[in-house]
Amino acid sequence: MEITEIYNILNTVFAEDALEIKTDLPVESFFIVKAVAINPVCFFLRDEDSLQFDSLSCLSGVDFDKDNLAVVYHLYSYVHNHKLTLKVIVPKSEPKVPTVSDVWATADWHEREAYDMVGLIFENHPDLRRILCPDDWEGFPLRKDYKVQEFYRGMKVPY
Amino acid sequence: MGILNKLDSRIEQFESGNIIITTADKLLNWSRLSSIWQMFFGLACCAIEMMATSASHYDLDRFGIIPRPSPRHCDIILISGTVTLKMATRIKRLYDQMPSPKYILSMGSCANCGGPYWEHGYHVLKGIDRIVPVDVYVPGCPPRPEALLEGLLKVQDKIRSQSIAKTNKA
Repeated sequence: MEITEIYNILNTVFAEDALEIKTDLPVESFFIVKAVAINPVCFFLRDEDSLQFDSLSCLSGVDFDKDNLAVVYHLYSYVHNHKLTLKVIVPKSEPKVPTVSDVWATADWHEREAYDMVGLIFENHPDLRRILCPDDWEGFPLRKDYKVQEFYRGMKVPY
Repeated sequence: MGILNKLDSRIEQFESGNIIITTADKLLNWSRLSSIWQMFFGLACCAIEMMATSASHYDLDRFGIIPRPSPRHCDIILISGTVTLKMATRIKRLYDQMPSPKYILSMGSCANCGGPYWEHGYHVLKGIDRIVPVDVYVPGCPPRPEALLEGLLKVQDKIRSQSIAKTNKA
């Protein structure tokens, strides 16, 4: 199914301003979804018979621009062999996004990584701890303005 | 006799009777350097070369170097790869659990100085010698088994020159 058809289906169920379609960019088309709507939208995409996005291929955290972070969801349906990209953009001052780990269990560790690397806070996540860096690490390494700490547990970090 | 060939020229052998005279240092050092037990421990791509060195082509066993699953059995750690800061705390703990005399061989560029992660690797310890004393550095990315063997022979040389008697040297 094409992205415009998916958009039309979603539009009949969700509020007008919950999601926005972007087709005019040189990259693959995607939806921008409001943070508050992401969890119900994902449940719908997974459970609707004509969509059945049964697989979350990837969930990435992005340092989007000067003031915003983003989460990018790549979905795929093994049943219908179609795919879809969603983006949620949230301000750096309050980077809170509802979890989708209750929709796809895969999201659990992906969200922990996004939290670890860019500092996105996934609300209602069952176990939002760092997954790669040590628990007592300072800062979020993949933020563009990241400054590495001078010492970690007495070990000098810079060369 | 194999044993006699390995001991040095200061050994005296009597014509009759099974008597060998040597120094305590030489005997101890010979036994230590002939059974360097290594920690069963690998970190990154260097660990693959380390395993290749252990395998039948290069056969570390012939030097008495056997991997042991507990630090309390070990004489040497081969730091075989990139040391992340998270891992560094574990390595320090393992090193502290080893009985003396203990040795460290730093294998490959990452363990020596951070390697390709030296500038932007926020998570990498830029050289294992920042947390534990290193006896031998083996350069390479990763070093070939021959290079690792050379490094282990250097460790043997180091053990060969040790003495149990305390010296007054600083």
